[in-house]
Formats: sequence, C-alpha cells, structure tokens
Amino acid sequence: MRDKMRENKKMSSLVILVVTLVLLFILNKTLDDYKLRILNLCGIYVTLGLSMNLINGFTGLFSLGHAGFMAIGAYTVAILTMPIPMKEMNFFMKPMVPFLSNIEWPFLPALLMGGILAGLFGFLIGAPVLRLTDDYLAIATLGFAEIIRVVFTNTQSITNGALGLKGIPNTTNVWWSWGIALITILFMEFLMKGSYGKAFKAIREDEIAARSMGISLFKHKVMSFTFGSFLAGIGGGLLAGLLGTIDPNMFRIVLTFNILLIVVLGGLGSIKGTTISAIIVTIMMEALRFLDESINIGSLHIEGIPGMRMVIFSVILMVAVVVKKEGLLKES
Amino acid sequence: MDKLLQHLVNGVSLGSLYALIAIGYTMVYGILRLINFAHGDIFMLGAYIAFYGLMFTSIPWWLVFILTAVITGFLGILLEKLAYKPLREAPRITVLISAIGASFFLENLGIVVFGGRPKAFPIPDVFNKVIRFGGVSVGVITFVIPVVTIVLLIGLNYFIKKTKTGMAMRALSKDYEAASLMGIDINKIISITFFIGSFLAAVGGIMWGIRYPQLMPLMGMMPGLKCFIAAVVGGIGNITGAVLGGFILGLGEIMLVALLPGLTGYRDAFAFILLIVILLIKPTGLMGEKVTEKV
Repeated sequence: MRDKMRENKKMSSLVILVVTLVLLFILNKTLDDYKLRILNLCGIYVTLGLSMNLINGFTGLFSLGHAGFMAIGAYTVAILTMPIPMKEMNFFMKPMVPFLSNIEWPFLPALLMGGILAGLFGFLIGAPVLRLTDDYLAIATLGFAEIIRVVFTNTQSITNGALGLKGIPNTTNVWWSWGIALITILFMEFLMKGSYGKAFKAIREDEIAARSMGISLFKHKVMSFTFGSFLAGIGGGLLAGLLGTIDPNMFRIVLTFNILLIVVLGGLGSIKGTTISAIIVTIMMEALRFLDESINIGSLHIEGIPGMRMVIFSVILMVAVVVKKEGLLKES
Repeated sequence: MDKLLQHLVNGVSLGSLYALIAIGYTMVYGILRLINFAHGDIFMLGAYIAFYGLMFTSIPWWLVFILTAVITGFLGILLEKLAYKPLREAPRITVLISAIGASFFLENLGIVVFGGRPKAFPIPDVFNKVIRFGGVSVGVITFVIPVVTIVLLIGLNYFIKKTKTGMAMRALSKDYEAASLMGIDINKIISITFFIGSFLAAVGGIMWGIRYPQLMPLMGMMPGLKCFIAAVVGGIGNITGAVLGGFILGLGEIMLVALLPGLTGYRDAFAFILLIVILLIKPTGLMGEKVTEKV
C-alpha cells in the first residue's frame, strides 16, 4: 500500500517535470524577448526564493544578506566570462588587475565558482555569528551585504567600481534558469526528506529540544546557511548572465526584500509555495511597473508615481504577515 | 594638534546623534526583544516633518522642532499598534519580517509622498554661525548636538530611575510575564517606550538635518543600521551601553576618515566590521549581561 503511494507520488512528480519541460520548450519558441526575459527571471527567483527559504523557512534563521551573496555570484560570473577585449573597454578609468584581465572562462565553471565563493563568504560570516541568536544574524548579514556593496564600489581595478560592468555575455536562457531552478527544487525535496532536513526543521521548532536530541546546532546552522549562500550566488550569477550589465547599486536591500516577499507569501518552509509565489511575484513586479511610470490612454494622461509599486508590495507583505501568520501555503 | 581637536569635536557631535537614535533601538529591544528595523525611517520622518513645518508654516523654529518630536513620537506609537501589536504572540521571525516590511513601507511611502529628489533643509539662522577658539572653527550645531543629547539623557535617566512608569518599564524588560502578572498595563508601557524612542529619533533627525542639510527618503537606512550596531556594541537593552556605543561609533568613524584618508570610501563599512569584531570577542556587548536560556 505504502509502496504504491510512493510509486504514485514518484509518477506524478515525473509527470509534472515532463509537463514543465514541454511547456518551457513551447514558451521558449513562442514568447517575444521581453516575455522570455520575465520567464527567465521567474526561474532565477525560484532558485533564489528556495535558497532563502532553506535558511529562513526550514532552519528558522533570519538572514538578510541575499543581495550580498548574489552580488558575489554576479560579479564572479561577469568577471570570469567577459571576453578579454570587452574588459579593456569596460575598464577605461583604471586598468583591470592583470591576473583577471587575461582570463575568459566558459559559463558553467564561472557560475559554479560564483556559487562557491558566495558559499565561502557565507561560511566565513556565518561561523562567528551563528553562535548567537537570530537577531544578530539578521543585522550581521544585512551589514555584510552593505559591506560587499561598499567594497565593490571601491575596488575600481577589480569590479570597475560604481561604473559597473557592461557587455557580459548573455548566456542565461530558459534552459539555464529553469534547469537550475528544477535541479534546486528536486534537491531541496531530497534534502528535506533526509536526516539533514529533519534536523533543520527540529532546530527551527525548538533549539533546546533539538540540542538535547543530539543534533549539533552549530554544524547544521552553518551548513544550511552556507548552502543557502551558495544558491544565492548561483542565482546572482544567472542574473548577471541574463541582464548583461551589473553595477553595485543593483544589489541594494530592495533585492533581498523582493526575495523575502516571495518566501513569506509562499509560506515559510514550503517548497511548492515558494515556487508558485516566485513566479507570481516576479510577473506582478513587471505587470505593476505601470504604477511608477506615466501612461497615456488616448488623450488621457495619467501621471505615474515613482515608488508606488514598492509601497503596494510592502503593504502586501505586511498584510500577509499580520493576517496569515504562517504564510499562504504552509505544509505541515 | 588643532586638527586633532577639530576631529574630536566632530566625532563627539556625530557620536551624540548616534547615541540618541541607538537609545530607541535598545529600549524597544529591552522590552519586546525585537529589532525595530523601522526606527531609522522614523528618524527620516522626523527630519521631513520638521522640513515641512519650517517651509510651510510661520511657527517659530523652536516650536516646530518640539512639535515635530511630539508628532513623530505618536507616529512611533501608531507604527507599533499596526505592525507589531497584532503579532505579540507570533514567532519571532514573523515579527522581524513585519519590522522589515514596515521599514520598507515607510521608505517607499517617503519616496511617493516627499519625492525621491533630495531636499535642502532650511536651517534657522541661529545655527549658521561659526565659533572659533584657538585654531578650531566649528559650526554652532556641532556644539548644540552634544548639549541637547546630554540634557535629554539626564531627563530620560530621571524618568526611568525615579518615576513609576519608568519602574514599570524596567520591570517589563527584566521579566515580561511576571510584570504583566503584577498588574502593569503592558500596552501602555510599550506605547510609552515607542513614544520616547521615536521622540529621540526625531530630535536626532532634526539635528542631522541641520548638520547635513540634505533630506532623502532613504536617509534613515544607514544611520538606522549603524545605530542598531551602536546599541549592540554597547550591550543591547542597556541604555548607558547604547550611548557608549554611539560615541564609540561616531568617534571611530570620524577618526578613521581623518587619520586614514585612503579609506574614506569604506567609511560605512567601519560600523559593520566593528559589529563583527564585537560579536566575536564579547557577544553580549560592552555593558550587556549574559542571559541564560531556561527550558
């Protein structure tokens, strides 16, 4: 009986996977560039949402450093994959350090490198701070993200400073963004079923009880945080490959806020919820763009109010938090 | 020598501003165990309210400043009622998310209502004078800031140590449950705490506006973060610690820029590095007590 249920579940997962792939194939052929870009963004935000959900939702830590880890991933990919002549054009203020200016990596190793570096920084920041309570983690990670931004703005010969980097090869396509999103979903399902996932949840529910059961709090927290940072770095790298242009100001706290919105609306600790809400929120972010810009309908001119879009999103977040304290699609 | 003295004066002045804002964080944290992320944005609101009061009314400047602080205090109470009170029993992470949402809401509302472009703060003439002694010349405001801060601190200290409400506040931060069983009106005390914190933040915001006369809707973010760090460095929950942390941060920042001009770009990173160092060496902060968790 149980075997049969498991079998059924496996079958339905497989069906969903195949349907998704077919759907992506069709969308890839039919959508125009602008819509494809949004589709790509959806995939990237699924990965990012899941990475934050691993830390905040499953393990119950409160990290606000996503923008920083994404910046590390994005800059690593940008610097490593950019063609050598393009680098010379970008760095007209100050030449790039020779060590980096003469290399050109393929996308996949560069992306992995971005993830690994982000994970490494996650480990370095997490190891001291995770010994303390969550509040400190929130502020330390927020601070870390700001430091990364400040450092990237000032290291002219490595990151081109405030000017940013242009002409990053546009490698990210639907297969990259959604491929990695699907791998992340599957891996998260696998992880959460295993003993690590159970340990993460135990820590979230009750730290003291988890510790008495012999779960090493520190080890699991660091592991969750490091892996979450790794995924954030991968997400950032994909974003760089999609946009083609990055600068330090992209990675402000707004970016972290967007991902937090996705995670909270989808339900802390729900893989399905995060996936669905990542897609909805990303599309809505684009669809509501008209609020910020002036539009003309015939002779009617409606003045857009800059910032209105984010006001609406923060109100949505507040209402979601206050009304539904557990999120929208909470799994037991 | 004169230069050093000048930097010292500037550092003390900036440190006083940080101290004023840090008190709000530390008081709220002491009672609710909550990082009020929106505190920095309350500071921003204070500066803007004073701006509109000075620009569009004919009320004398000192009255505008007092009214601003009181209005901002009530806005602080409103913030607590809307964003934190419904979540009193909710898990901590939910309240933190609500706090960050509130902060984001205020920042973006600021952009919508006040406009994204920087506004020049209309400085009353009294503060435009420059005082010289020896080789040091500084603006009046540089002296006014520490004086105002010290006066407010003495007042706050009296309030917390000598009045009944202050005693209730201390009781609540020592043991939330027991205090509520003793018949303390928790909601009232929390409102008063938010009022005081926001009042001080508004005073900080006004003086910040006079010192750095450029208002932006996002101006509260960095000082807000730094002042929280000041509160942590001093030992969160401890008011004296918050003041100490504020001064350390202010002086440290000014001295870093003065002594190592090459690192000016990294000025904003200083606070965060200090935070991580303190967390590594003494996680409870300089004046914090060690709290053991009971099962």
